Amino acid sequence: MDIKTLVGMMSIIIAGMTMFVGSISPALGMARAVAQALSSIAQQPDEANTITRTLFIGLAMIESLAIYCFVISMILIFANPFWRYVTTAATGAGH
Amino acid sequence: MEILHLDQISPDAVVLWRWKFLALNATILYTWIIMAILTVGSWLITRNLSTETNTTRWQSLLEVIVTGMRGQISEICQQDAGRFLPFIGTLFTFIAISNLLSFVPGYAPPTSSLSTTAALAICVFVAVPFYGMWDRGVAGYLKHFAEPSLFIMPFHILGEVSRTVALAVRLFGNIMSGSKVVGILLAITPLLFPIVMQVLELLIGLIQAYIFSILSTVYIASALKAHEENESLVQDTTGLIAAPAAKTDETI
Repeated sequence: MDIKTLVGMMSIIIAGMTMFVGSISPALGMARAVAQALSSIAQQPDEANTITRTLFIGLAMIESLAIYCFVISMILIFANPFWRYVTTAATGAGH
Repeated sequence: MEILHLDQISPDAVVLWRWKFLALNATILYTWIIMAILTVGSWLITRNLSTETNTTRWQSLLEVIVTGMRGQISEICQQDAGRFLPFIGTLFTFIAISNLLSFVPGYAPPTSSLSTTAALAICVFVAVPFYGMWDRGVAGYLKHFAEPSLFIMPFHILGEVSRTVALAVRLFGNIMSGSKVVGILLAITPLLFPIVMQVLELLIGLIQAYIFSILSTVYIASALKAHEENESLVQDTTGLIAAPAAKTDETI
């Protein structure tokens, strides 16, 4: 197996695994946050505005973890620096 | 009509016009278009405002938007929203219009480019010390970096930078992923599912605009926060209830 195949294969595998771990764990965290916020709203409907806003902020914080993973996997697939390096090294021509 | 190919992550790569070193890419063009929509629209609406009962429907729309933003901001900051409204409101309307226009064919949202979102986040990064120094004075603002001890200062600075990066990457990732998902679905099931995803994308775009502006409000409010705590302490010693301070802690 030459280095080009290896880099391409590993990029795709790691991109998939990044999405796998990086979407499951924030999903669990967000599920806990939403469940807790729902029960809080059920207990105190008057405070629904504050709870909802705080919930949104917290969800955005958690979600950004998933977004980091997504951006990394997109970089691995669409704009992989190693892939560019390997293809230029193999053919000797620019990109 | 897709202006953006599937293997191009951001609309920066779509160069529409080039002259020597000047390049006009899709991001800049659509940013200009949104700026024109916002400016000309606001100018047209606010040209003949009336306080009578016969308000135009456009004035009602603008009043609803401005009143809503003002209410949200003053709830978070626990003070009058007047100072923050121009900045936060512009952020919100720009991002919201930019995301909502994504159902127009041939349009690529400028917020799906990391350059735009980074620029917006840097605006927030600059605005936080600006409002903090305006509110508490230069020394008063700089002092909160050294609280509770001087050892914490690198972490404060790290926090400021990392939340700016998070702000930029969150908006970019959400909007970019939306357009990519629609593009991929177009290749697999071209008939109905892309439309469903685009409807979902409108919702996500509005929520992201809301989150971006709410987060920047929270960041700005956190630069003002210690000031309010001092005020409420004073109130507390005079026998008044220190309810606002407790509420501020909850919201932040």
